[in-house]
Amino acid sequence: MKKKIILAALIICFFTSSAYALSEAYKKNIYNPGDLKPVDSLLKVKVGQAAPDLTLKAVSGKIISLKDYYGKKNVVISFVPAAWTPVCSDQWPGYNIVKDIFESHDTILLGIAVDNIPTLYSWTNQMGKLWFEVLSDFWPHGAVADKFGVLRSDGVSERALFVIDKKGIIRYIDVHNINQRPPLEKLIRELEKLN
Amino acid sequence: MKRKISGLVMVILMLFTAKAISVAEVNPPQVGGVFPEIELLKPDNPAELKYLGLSGSGSFRINQIKADVVIIEIFSMYCPYCQGEAPSINNLFTLIESNPAYKNKIKIIGIGINNSLFETNIFKKKYKIEFPLIPDGDFKLHKIIGEVRTPYFVVMKLKGGKTEVIYSKLGALGDNKTFIEQIVKSSGIK
Repeated sequence: MKKKIILAALIICFFTSSAYALSEAYKKNIYNPGDLKPVDSLLKVKVGQAAPDLTLKAVSGKIISLKDYYGKKNVVISFVPAAWTPVCSDQWPGYNIVKDIFESHDTILLGIAVDNIPTLYSWTNQMGKLWFEVLSDFWPHGAVADKFGVLRSDGVSERALFVIDKKGIIRYIDVHNINQRPPLEKLIRELEKLN
Repeated sequence: MKRKISGLVMVILMLFTAKAISVAEVNPPQVGGVFPEIELLKPDNPAELKYLGLSGSGSFRINQIKADVVIIEIFSMYCPYCQGEAPSINNLFTLIESNPAYKNKIKIIGIGINNSLFETNIFKKKYKIEFPLIPDGDFKLHKIIGEVRTPYFVVMKLKGGKTEVIYSKLGALGDNKTFIEQIVKSSGIK
């Protein structure tokens, strides 16, 4: 039995890798950190609870607070671990072409990363004009990610999605394997449930 | 005990060998070479099936497409460059389909890397793409064709069940008319 477990572990280690499809838009400027521990934090919130409030500066220069949307819009928060890394660079550009789907569910999107504003500015410029706000959780470093319980031990955030309804209640959480992009259809299905 | 350990060592060695082989095989398609035999999911849209000269459901291979030349766009709906190029590829499709000399001879398909069918359909709807987009949700095809960045274009000549690569390049195609002239010349179609 023990031998079978060791064999299974070996096979997984050898053949599981974080493949990614990288856009040429970033040329050769993407740093590949390799395979990382899939999840490296403990959630501090759960579905059904009120989301912790947050106030962060956006790349656009605006100061964004979660409470600004209460009673008006549902909110999807997309934490990505780091700018200029493979999977993150091919996540938000996909969300950028589904603005109509978000709008049809009366939902806005907030992208959050622990990088500083200049870094996020340079990085997101490669994605074309984004319709959603990108917020910097740089200082105090990762404080918002930590409030949600998605700050990893190395100072980057998890790749995590939170769906928060108009009452400020968390309706869906996906702390995804950091090496993989969350499937869009799953998120859209959750938005459909908000109606 | 000794036998058990040596068995495990053998397995580890086999895994190392298999891993080394799989890494060594990763190369983008080369001009003059043969495109790898890959199984693609048949579109469920009857018009797209007809465009490819296929019927039924399941999978198909490139050499089963009813054409002399097949252009493959390796893309992702998450790739900003692919999004930017989409109108130009639509124009390429229109140029081919509106020219009786090329229509039915040159066909285009897109392969969406790490995209589900849901995601390729979003891309298709967003950019009003008329040619088939095939999902490669688990990177299976991406690994076979050398884990290229996107968008990547491969053009192949089909003859006698063989797929000879005549174009293989990362990035935009440039001027579409010049590109068509180039592939017509390379493929020898008339």
